[in-house]
Amino acid sequence: MSVHKPLPHDAAHLHVTGQARYVDDIPTPENCLHLAFGLSRVARGQITALSLDAVRASAGVLAVVTGADLSLNPDCSPSNHDEPLLSDGSVHYAGQPLFLVAARSHLDARRAAALAVVEISAEDPILTLDQALAAGSRFEEGPRIYAKGDIDAALADAPHLVEGSIEIGGQEHFYLEGQSALALPQEGGDMVVHSSSQHPTEIQHKVADALGLPMHAVRVEVRRMGGGFGGKESQGNALAIACAVMAARTGRPCKMRYDRDDDFLITGKRHDARITYRAGFDGEGRLLGVDFTHLIRCGWSMDLSLPVADRAMLHADNAYLLPAARITSHRLRTNTQSATAFRGFGGPQGMVGIERVMDHAAHVLGMDGLEIRRLNYYRAASVAEGGPSGGSFSAKMKGQVLNTADLAGRGSVKVATDLGTGSGAAKRFGGVHSPVPGGVAANTTPYGMDVEDFILHEMTARLVADCDYAARKRAVADWNAANPILKRGIALTPVKFGISFTLTHLNQAGALVHVYQDGSIHLNHGGTEMGQGLFQKVAQVAADRFGVPVAQVKITATDTGKVPNTSATAASSGTDLNGMAVQDACNKIRLRIAEVVAPALQAKPEAVVFEDGRVRAGAAEMTFEKAVTAAYMARVSLSATGFYATPKLQWDRIEGKGRPFLYFAYGVACSEVVIDTLTGENRLLRTDILHDAGASLNPALDIGQIEGGFVQGAGWLTMEELVWDDKGALRTHAPSTYKIPCASDAPEVFNVSLWDAPNREETIYRSKAVGEPPLMLGISVLSALADACASCGAGFPDLQAPATPEAVLAAVSRARDRARDRG
Amino acid sequence: MTIRFLLNGEPQEVAGDPTVTLLDWLRERARLTGTKEGCNEGDCGACTVMVTDPGNGPARSLNACILFLPQLDGRAVRTIEGIAAPDGSLHPVQQAMIAHHGSQCGFCTPGFVVAMAAAHRNGETDHADQIAGNLCRCTGYAPILRAARAAAASPVPPHMTTDADRLAASPFHVPEISQGGPAGPGTASPYLPSSSDALADWYLENPDATLIAGATDVGLWVTKQHRVPKKVAFLNQCADLTGIVDDDETIRIGAMTTINDLRAAMATRHPSFAEMLRRYGSVQVRNAATIGGNIANGSPIGDSPPPLIALGATLHLRRGDTRRAIPLEEFFLAYGKQDRAPGEFVEAVSLPTRPDTQPDTLRVYKLSKRFDQDISAVCGAFNLTVADGIITTARIAFGGLAGIPKRATHVEAALISKPMAEASFHAALPAFAQDFTPLSDMRASAAYRLQTARNMALRYVAEMPDTGAPSRATGILPTDILKVRP
Repeated sequence: MSVHKPLPHDAAHLHVTGQARYVDDIPTPENCLHLAFGLSRVARGQITALSLDAVRASAGVLAVVTGADLSLNPDCSPSNHDEPLLSDGSVHYAGQPLFLVAARSHLDARRAAALAVVEISAEDPILTLDQALAAGSRFEEGPRIYAKGDIDAALADAPHLVEGSIEIGGQEHFYLEGQSALALPQEGGDMVVHSSSQHPTEIQHKVADALGLPMHAVRVEVRRMGGGFGGKESQGNALAIACAVMAARTGRPCKMRYDRDDDFLITGKRHDARITYRAGFDGEGRLLGVDFTHLIRCGWSMDLSLPVADRAMLHADNAYLLPAARITSHRLRTNTQSATAFRGFGGPQGMVGIERVMDHAAHVLGMDGLEIRRLNYYRAASVAEGGPSGGSFSAKMKGQVLNTADLAGRGSVKVATDLGTGSGAAKRFGGVHSPVPGGVAANTTPYGMDVEDFILHEMTARLVADCDYAARKRAVADWNAANPILKRGIALTPVKFGISFTLTHLNQAGALVHVYQDGSIHLNHGGTEMGQGLFQKVAQVAADRFGVPVAQVKITATDTGKVPNTSATAASSGTDLNGMAVQDACNKIRLRIAEVVAPALQAKPEAVVFEDGRVRAGAAEMTFEKAVTAAYMARVSLSATGFYATPKLQWDRIEGKGRPFLYFAYGVACSEVVIDTLTGENRLLRTDILHDAGASLNPALDIGQIEGGFVQGAGWLTMEELVWDDKGALRTHAPSTYKIPCASDAPEVFNVSLWDAPNREETIYRSKAVGEPPLMLGISVLSALADACASCGAGFPDLQAPATPEAVLAAVSRARDRARDRG
Repeated sequence: MTIRFLLNGEPQEVAGDPTVTLLDWLRERARLTGTKEGCNEGDCGACTVMVTDPGNGPARSLNACILFLPQLDGRAVRTIEGIAAPDGSLHPVQQAMIAHHGSQCGFCTPGFVVAMAAAHRNGETDHADQIAGNLCRCTGYAPILRAARAAAASPVPPHMTTDADRLAASPFHVPEISQGGPAGPGTASPYLPSSSDALADWYLENPDATLIAGATDVGLWVTKQHRVPKKVAFLNQCADLTGIVDDDETIRIGAMTTINDLRAAMATRHPSFAEMLRRYGSVQVRNAATIGGNIANGSPIGDSPPPLIALGATLHLRRGDTRRAIPLEEFFLAYGKQDRAPGEFVEAVSLPTRPDTQPDTLRVYKLSKRFDQDISAVCGAFNLTVADGIITTARIAFGGLAGIPKRATHVEAALISKPMAEASFHAALPAFAQDFTPLSDMRASAAYRLQTARNMALRYVAEMPDTGAPSRATGILPTDILKVRP
């Protein structure tokens, strides 16, 4: 068995020796041009003069292009066709590309781009949530509202009402490899593009559109990214398009990579948000209802903001059964970078909202934060329901011919409503596998999905015991009683994260597998490798299907010419989707081989097994290589495509009803912190995590995702602070000013374990997706910091995020201010 | 001019533009693409290389993105391509990184491996400090730290130490090649003086030149602001500007002394200063940055001036053959303006030696969003002497509160002659507003800066022995968050 083993990343040897090749490392011909954008320094206005003489005269410059110079100013948007490659005269944010420079070197291009004289008649930018709300500057006609039960009645009758709001900062992806692309012109006008992208098909589609070519004329290849985190789902479009357009104009290869500062200034980040809440509780701490308002700052263009904001709503419950709920989501348009996908895709913001409600209610009711959480958990999956629920693999998207809409983009809202199974489907949201839609008593999310696989009761109990929560909670209290300056805090928070693209048709994947005459295997699928170990996990699947060592499987670069019409490697879906597609392809070839060798093994094809490098039936066996040769000699195809479409999904995002997810992934984290009440400085001392990766395909890689995701989430909520000035210029645009965690910020004691139980859904080897969910374990750090602040006095600390030292010190002051209402 | 150095054991002769960074040269000209560009400003470590200087000192990890080729003259460089043994067998750090799953996307990995291999070669085991200058966005660092610990016990591979021998035996460190002439048109005209006398003469004639010590600041002028200095002198061959001389009365620190060397020198003399220097930049930055550079550029947020001022440092300046010495605080006149004449340069800074009988009363507090490798929002240094329970002298200086590193003279005055007690400090707090009107920026608000500066004074009195603070009744009042263990 090659699955379930802690094998190293397939490229680990290449990584540690510097041989792993990223886009900027690909050797280019001598005549390659290097591109740079000239950026707007103004957040909003109209260009009145764009003097580029100095740019053109700068050393090494070969071409300078503005939007007006392009007969067709290409669109870079993954959703709304609202992102011209170069400004069309209007300026929507500080950092927007205005013109494009092509030069002999990267440095020449950057130096030249800085020399433009740009005159912009500036208008007052809309920067903040409040400004956007006041101006009615938004996407969609009004707020989206998902509701369950009678929230107004629930709140009116509630013995305890908890009200407040939390600001939640954005987050820069800070993938270590900046955005980059390389376009190589081919014969007949075709184009090959190497892109650091999570979404090669979208790059292909957008480049083809930009060049006025059918998609078959463009081939996109992605070997690996130096980190993605959602930041390379749509944000690589502009570079690939720029390179392709310039390559087509000049006939020369074109490469573009953003300098780090440009990357910060141009590209989108995690959506910052404000979540206000009114929650009703009974005297025992049971949640009776909660009314959330999400204000989501989307930036200047739509990008993926609608599904991001949707997912925030879909995680407003996190792990808690909300008897009544209303979630009102405003998607606000501002003159800032267009916020985009980032690991968790809105889920983290939604979860912070309900976790804050729990902390606030615990404070008001004088309860332990963990106690109130467990009291409000969804009910456990019953033993009777515990088995697999019989997956159907027949679900297929209804074939429809569409126009040039961005079908493969997650932001394609129009497609989402046009596709599916018709508007009537929304009412039958359950489908054959669904539970009866229930009222208050049902174990149902605010969007009407029954929670069938809830395992957090058991997971929480185990972590509470393993991390010695109760004793440590007492020790923290003892410390705080004895120490006036340094205060500790501890918190244990859960994660329940929905797995599937909420745009249902994206839940499909393809694979291409070749077995060569010598028994070596060439593997390709639509997923992209950004460090998460997808290639290795999928190779383990292929090796297991053929019963050969993983080394016999060659994983090859993602290539739109090999597997077409792929979805972004996003939504944690990479292994779920591509693993299944690869399994499908491997099974086809296996069956063909089995049919060839069955007579020789004196068995029926279905009795033939592939293991330990052998093809066996009972006692009879032959080597895999010999079986392969036999199939070849018998003129049987040793190449197959595979395909997978996730079953059971039905979702109406307008109504907010249905089953958007195949299943949930779960986790619990306990974090302990210490704060300095003189400065607000804070440290993460210890974190214990128990996370659900189903029957893990590769425990080492999965633990890597959990450790890394957690630290990234903790960074988001503590030291990572994006600061814009009052003119809309981003002031934190490099690692000198924007601080992601470094080695000493990881908790000194860091225990991570897997809840190693099979997924009840029929996923690949019963594993679960693990890319995004662990990020939200970082919320335990915010909650622990709030706990430490709360120890300073009777007031509710109301700690805001990110909890920088300054924010912590402010929260300490609020806690000490005894006059503050305790609710 | 010609720059000569060893690259992964092989001699190189490089001619051309002196403000080409090593990173660009490696990637674009030598086509060695293992060294990565992550930020191009010395803050992420993806471009880390290991540099060996002539002599028997430790190897230095440095950021190649802000390292100019002339800084390598006569030295040896190892990139990621030169970390595995010549026969291809992996370095213990590389093996451990694979075994402990220390790479995910792999882009930061070469920089980590080089930084870890350099630390391994030097026998350093403070792993988190050694990689504080390397950012990883994937792993959360846990597996990298595990790998570093696992590799620590392995012997240093021979090829990691042979560079120094090669340098000693080779013609690479030849003074005459350092007298380079002007480079091509449009490029900086480099000068590599081999002594401070030579520098003094040349700088008098070329007062418009830019002096480059460690290039941790000037490097960014080039990579980020596209400012190419018209005339430059690299000071890395001025051996007589380097080093720390301690006599009975003063400690004289040469301007070219790196922050790392200063940190080592302060470890026993002023541990609080040394601890702050542990958090000054990263290993890579401290290996390049010099005390002279940190003072001369006059930044209001440079971290060494506040403690130096609090210690009563004297700055030694030289112009031609004329030397003068001034109290350090008098060097900083206003934002961007220093008391330095054209052609004058910093030769050294000196501190009074603390007699063994006198307790070390210096405390330095660095406040930033991230503990390691971050620029201070506020840096405060306090040094008070007490006789019979009464404060007799007070030297308090701050960075981050004004346009220059500045003494808190009103606060000092409010404390002198008062009892060394919490109440005296509380009474002195209003004086902060007389000394400072800080600004708000992306690092902190003005109000927060002022509040935390005041609170630093309260921390100081809480940390000083025998102050009679009520909270000291237990005798174990923890005030240092970095010393709290899980």
